[in-house]
Amino acid sequence: MFHDVRTVFIRSITQVLRNPVWVVVTLVQPLFYLLFYAPLLKRTIGSDRLNGGSAYDIFVPGLLMQLALFGTAFAGFGLVSELREGVIERMLVTPVRRSALLIGRVLANLVALVFQATVITLVSWPMGLNLRPSAILGVLVLLGVGITFASLSYTVSMILGNEDALAGLLNFVTVPILLLSGMLLPLSLGPKWLQRVANINPLKHAVDAARDLFRGNLTTFAVGRGVTVVFVCAAAALIIGTRKFEHYAD
Amino acid sequence: MRVIETVGLRKTFQPKGPGAKKKGAAVEPIVAVDGINLHVEGGEIFGLLGPNGAGKSTTIKMLSTLLAPSGGQATVAGFSLATQRGEIRRVIGVVSQSGGLDSEETPMRELVHQGVLFGLDRQAATKRVTELLDHFELGAAANRQIKTLSGGQRRRVDIALGLVHSPKLLFLDEPTTGLDPQSRANLWDEVRRLRSEGTTVLITTHYLDEADALCDRLAIVDHGRIVAEGTADVLKAGVGGDVITLHLPDPSAADGVIRSSGLATHIERFGDDALRLTVGRGDSTVGPLLRLLDDAGIETTSLSTARPTLDDVFLRHTGRSLRDTPA
Repeated sequence: MFHDVRTVFIRSITQVLRNPVWVVVTLVQPLFYLLFYAPLLKRTIGSDRLNGGSAYDIFVPGLLMQLALFGTAFAGFGLVSELREGVIERMLVTPVRRSALLIGRVLANLVALVFQATVITLVSWPMGLNLRPSAILGVLVLLGVGITFASLSYTVSMILGNEDALAGLLNFVTVPILLLSGMLLPLSLGPKWLQRVANINPLKHAVDAARDLFRGNLTTFAVGRGVTVVFVCAAAALIIGTRKFEHYAD
Repeated sequence: MRVIETVGLRKTFQPKGPGAKKKGAAVEPIVAVDGINLHVEGGEIFGLLGPNGAGKSTTIKMLSTLLAPSGGQATVAGFSLATQRGEIRRVIGVVSQSGGLDSEETPMRELVHQGVLFGLDRQAATKRVTELLDHFELGAAANRQIKTLSGGQRRRVDIALGLVHSPKLLFLDEPTTGLDPQSRANLWDEVRRLRSEGTTVLITTHYLDEADALCDRLAIVDHGRIVAEGTADVLKAGVGGDVITLHLPDPSAADGVIRSSGLATHIERFGDDALRLTVGRGDSTVGPLLRLLDDAGIETTSLSTARPTLDDVFLRHTGRSLRDTPA
């Protein structure tokens, strides 16, 4: 199993490094938010909500979850071209484990994601983010979100099989997930019905957990709920994705 | 030893896309493979000959564990297709129509990766791949991007990819489609060499000459069924004699006259202006035949006589010419 995952991982990470432009391009969007949106937020959120912290303490964890969403949800595009060239069918008739075909690829996406998240965090630091040791646990949430959306992206790309349909679906799905995550503004500012809808959104719980972790609150209900939700989703997405690899041609 | 044995192998698909589902109407499944019985012996080159859409690729996809059969049983290399797919994957090599190479990659990297997928360590894989690439005269192209290779080179990389782990059984799906005659001849030689080393080869093709020249035995496939099976010689002998092709303006009149004369054992309409006659011996029939038509006042445009080909076999069993079916 380890051998198979490593083999697929090495190939995938080589592909990422062959085209490192994408790792950088994905970084541009959150950097714009950091530069042109975060300063607005500073004024909007009253200081009473900040409890002595900075607006960046609320915004950056959300931004990292956005990165985890957008950095991995488009992973399936790479798979579509491999499907078209018959690369995946070729691999499926080797003894390689189907789960390794998925996990190796997802791991490569996670490496890129952790690198991007590190860049965003380090850039935010001098801008006013209070970096506490507990923030490192935010990586757990980040990885869970990354595993979930990367696996789902691969699964959907195998079902749809072409870039146009995949792009349409991703635009349709990612925007509400993002808006209902409370990443741009705290959802507590909104009406009750909006909060209820947002509670179905796993990314909302991931954002809540990440915010508490960045503020140094390790043992809150939000952290427990966020980590649980994220890992249940990640496990489910891995199982669904592996099954799709098992039955790809059928 | 039987390397492939199938009984009633079947594959149906649910139709997809717009118009596939109508309200209230039951959706008829598409039958791609309709109960195929195959027996492939160890060390032979076995061909599946048929037009596109006959079910050849679907059969290969099932036998190579990619598609789950909808019905029937099969053993491949002594393992059950239903329960021992992992064991089968270790001993088969598959070269699909698309090849399965990442065109941005290099042959060396793709082949070494394939070896590692089969459990070789990187060093052993590199050694094996270097030998293979040399053998296929791809040494100079080993580290070039695959998209820069010629069609013939690329096909050789595809074949090498299927051979990295020295499989006992090799599946070749339409391996010479789009190749120039020289590359094609080279590929045939390579397949024969594999046979001489004891590898069993199952090859699909819609080329008559390929099936004729290369395959020890073959099965003619049409609409998901095997319509005839055997060596090319036995199949051709089954047509029952030489074939005379007559082109003439009024085939129906000629049909009647020839039928009542008893000169031909079998008569078939072929297009709008031709008849194909099966006769005992072509050379000794031509004279009497021409006299007969002349006496009846039937005009002929041209006449040719030939030993039967696999196309005649196909025509006999399906009523169509393989040459006429769109490739």
